[in-house]
Amino acid sequence: MPIQTQITVTVNGTRHTNPVEPRLLLAHYLREVLNLTGTHIGCDTSSCGACTVLLNGKAVKSCTVLAVQADGGNVTTVEGLAKDGKYHAVQQGFWDKHGLQCGFCTPGMMITAVQILERNPNPTEAEIRRGLRGNLCRCTGYHNIVEAVKAAAAASRAGGRKR
Amino acid sequence: MTTNVAASFQYHAPSSVEEACRLLAKYKGGAKLLAGGHSLLPLVKLRLATPEALIDLSRIKGLSYVKAGRKGLAIGAMTTYYDIESSDVVKKAAPVLADAAAQVADTQVRNAGTLGGSLAHSDPAGDLPAVVLALGAELEVHTARGSRTISVDNFFRDLLTTALRPNEVLTEIRIPPLPARTGTAYVKLANKASHYAVVGVAAVVTLDKAGVCAAARVAVTGAGPHAVRAKRTERILIGKKLSALVIRRAAERAGAEIGDGFNSDIHASAEYRAAMTIVFAERALTEAVGRV
Repeated sequence: MPIQTQITVTVNGTRHTNPVEPRLLLAHYLREVLNLTGTHIGCDTSSCGACTVLLNGKAVKSCTVLAVQADGGNVTTVEGLAKDGKYHAVQQGFWDKHGLQCGFCTPGMMITAVQILERNPNPTEAEIRRGLRGNLCRCTGYHNIVEAVKAAAAASRAGGRKR
Repeated sequence: MTTNVAASFQYHAPSSVEEACRLLAKYKGGAKLLAGGHSLLPLVKLRLATPEALIDLSRIKGLSYVKAGRKGLAIGAMTTYYDIESSDVVKKAAPVLADAAAQVADTQVRNAGTLGGSLAHSDPAGDLPAVVLALGAELEVHTARGSRTISVDNFFRDLLTTALRPNEVLTEIRIPPLPARTGTAYVKLANKASHYAVVGVAAVVTLDKAGVCAAARVAVTGAGPHAVRAKRTERILIGKKLSALVIRRAAERAGAEIGDGFNSDIHASAEYRAAMTIVFAERALTEAVGRV
């Protein structure tokens, strides 16, 4: 009988309570228990950042977090970025600037970009590149990814002024 | 999907240090403490470590803080790299610690990884062990029955091995105030993929009013099985005006304590690490002296 423990996690605003094995990774919990397959698993060694999600507001690699560590916490995945049918500024930036090629790294890139802009709404190109250091794009599409984050930053700043 | 699946383990999330200590004692060495998990979980996933239980310290309140006082800085063991790099208190009191924390891995790892975890794990390529060695930190550890203080000079013992006993929990890192006219630096040759230190050198240098080196602490990580003080380098510096030539001569001895124990792996040969230890010691010392 495998060891099981009950966890409650709020994912993209919805509370979920599930029995899980302590060894279950947050990435597998999201993908296989909650069927939220937007979070990708790339390297599975906390290098590539494809599995990045926000856990209690902080970008983390969900392949290196146990689901039990998220118990009682809040998780935002790529599925939770759009609100009321409207893309998040970061998603719009990736759309407008064609910030993807194959798209595999994109969910992780976008979640990390959200974190970068939350901490620094007006980043330089160097700061964006440094912030994305833990996200690898095997298509090497970094140029447009950085442009996408710049566009998202500009749009967010403009949106903030309008309000 | 092919993926790394850990062997089964029990999971405990105690709410106090005392409870964590009791659990450690109960498992008699079969349990591992889980801090940020960014060193431990990769090992557990690869089954290089197969603990009977993980004891998660993240639910214990009051282990994540930065406090400044007359005796220097006190940092809770569960304080993350991000909290350290973004702390104005750390930037002011021990800028080299903030700077080194910002050089660890990437955004996501720094959000999760902790200072205490880094020291207790004693990864040979970890950044922070060298920095706390150079800063002369004291480490407070707890058991179910009491606490003791370990000088960082006696803490790192071997590959992934520290002076921590199996029933002890590292709770606080204390960093003494830096004297006036002190410059600090941490520089590393970073692995391009992981940003681990292939070689990293931390330097804390104090000059007297005449510009003569009054005190120096230099520590090397990445090069050998664990972070070490470069005491021969320190001895060459102390009592001298730190010209480029003196710095060069001192840096040439930075690998002396490592002797024939240089690491050799797919990232760098022992010979290359020995050469880079000298190069990065020279850079760290030059930067530190420039900041006095």
